[in-house]
Amino acid sequence: MYWRKTWPFHMLLLPALLLCIVFQYIPLFGVVIAFQDYQPWLGIKGSTWVGLDHFRYLFTYPDGKQVIWNTLIIAAFKVIMNLFIPIVFALLLNEVRKIFFKRVVQTLVYLPHFLSWVILGGIMLDILSTEGGIVNRVLNSFGIDSIFFLGNGPWFRFTVILSDVWKEFGFSAIIFLATLIGINPALYEAAEIDGATRWQQVKSISIPLILPIVIVVATLSLGRILDAGFDQILNLYNPLVYSHGDIIDTFVYREGLNNGQFSFGTAVGLFKSLIGFILIVISYRLAYKLANYRIF
Amino acid sequence: MHYRSRGYTVFTILNTVFLCLLALICILPLVHVLAVSFSSRAAATANIVNFWPVGFTTDAYVQTLANGKFLKAMWIGVERTVLGTILSMVVVTMASYSLSKSSYKFPGRQIYIWIFVFTMLFSGGLIPSYILVSKLHLIDTIWALILPSAVSVWNMILMLNFFRTIPQELEEAAHIDGAGHLRVLWSVYLPVSMPSIATLSLFSMVSHWNSWFDGVIYMTNPDGYPLATYLHSMIVSDNMSRIGVTSESIANFSNRTVKTAQIFIGALPILLVYPFLQKYFVKGIVLGSVKS
Repeated sequence: MYWRKTWPFHMLLLPALLLCIVFQYIPLFGVVIAFQDYQPWLGIKGSTWVGLDHFRYLFTYPDGKQVIWNTLIIAAFKVIMNLFIPIVFALLLNEVRKIFFKRVVQTLVYLPHFLSWVILGGIMLDILSTEGGIVNRVLNSFGIDSIFFLGNGPWFRFTVILSDVWKEFGFSAIIFLATLIGINPALYEAAEIDGATRWQQVKSISIPLILPIVIVVATLSLGRILDAGFDQILNLYNPLVYSHGDIIDTFVYREGLNNGQFSFGTAVGLFKSLIGFILIVISYRLAYKLANYRIF
Repeated sequence: MHYRSRGYTVFTILNTVFLCLLALICILPLVHVLAVSFSSRAAATANIVNFWPVGFTTDAYVQTLANGKFLKAMWIGVERTVLGTILSMVVVTMASYSLSKSSYKFPGRQIYIWIFVFTMLFSGGLIPSYILVSKLHLIDTIWALILPSAVSVWNMILMLNFFRTIPQELEEAAHIDGAGHLRVLWSVYLPVSMPSIATLSLFSMVSHWNSWFDGVIYMTNPDGYPLATYLHSMIVSDNMSRIGVTSESIANFSNRTVKTAQIFIGALPILLVYPFLQKYFVKGIVLGSVKS
């Protein structure tokens, strides 16, 4: 009876389910190589078990702590800036009365989000170049020396964080803008009649009403604190800035795939996935508690 | 009343100026690169191009489009985008149809949803995925770029949420007329969901066109690179080290105008679909993320 009524549903789900099992779940079993000394020609069955050696190695590895620290510091700054700046931007844009101007601004600030880091990386390599890149030419014209943005550790971090904000702030603001637009105009009208200035209205109507969604976004972004931007960094960095720019994901790629240390790379990746998973679960719980948010 | 106070006027002016600046910051780098690409080689090397071409010429584009490798990469990029989008949309639409049913009609729905959502939270990571793809002998085939990302759970959630807004009566009427589920999906759901399908297809196209990393790891032969990967290897990696680059390619790619022309061609499809995309995505995102 159950099957007679539901088999079409199962059939329609089958292709997606198969693809998902093959490409998402089978690799999950592949993580056992993190506990092995995996050799491709021996396969998973033939390789020897080494327990937690690779995990210990990560923490004793000279660069291991540095990589974790880089990841945390870059991601933390991104999380904070990518929360704060879109909120301010949304509040300012919400004050604009001319619909046409608002549309134009929105169209332009959303655009970088849709371009890949390959394209934006190429653009940044060009405009930040020390040999006549337009940014350094502008700095020079103000009497400031050229800055080696992508070749100097601390500047590299700064550039990575700022360029990520540049790419995403408009797009991240959408959700706050939508909330602001959804606020009942009667509230502002009532405040107006009571003699509240525009600033007072923002302070006591706009900000409190977007606060729940701010809390949701903030707690959810906590779950991504180990994602410092693989795509971006891989397109911008170079050996000069490994010390300040190498994050867990780029480290896994270089050590694991480029240098063929499959097991070590997998162990580092697994460490990251586990912490990330725990953080996501915590952040969803928090979002549910603080703002009553649920995915479904 | 307060809209006319002096303080508010000053704020409005400052705010407008500030927002203009922000918008310009987002677009000027692209304008600059475009200007360089249309400038003469001499002007580009002398660093005198700002936001308007100096010594206008289309040489860089002619040279880029005459480059067989660039065209090949572009073709693979298009092929992957078209195939990948179609496959992903078909699979996701079919699954979303089932998942949009109520648990009363389709017991077991919840289990499937968790199977899919779990993959958003936890993944085996880069290396196990790589080993799997190589064990399946997909390395150096276009399927390595299409199959692993075909099931976009995010798109599935957006789609099933949209399907749930379709009135039940439509479906029931079709069932009474003797239509099966495939028929209902095809003749009832799809026509009314065109805006949503268009949006998700565009999202999927953008992500396929922009993907470059899978090309780097799954293509051992650079002849199989899609455009994004090709651009990464030419523009970004080339900048990191010129080791192993032939003298011919140095002559070709150290040329700034050609590089910028390639960047611009790489961005062009996105710039072209962007107006259509923008019309829909705001709604889609808000629908998908805030549901109270």
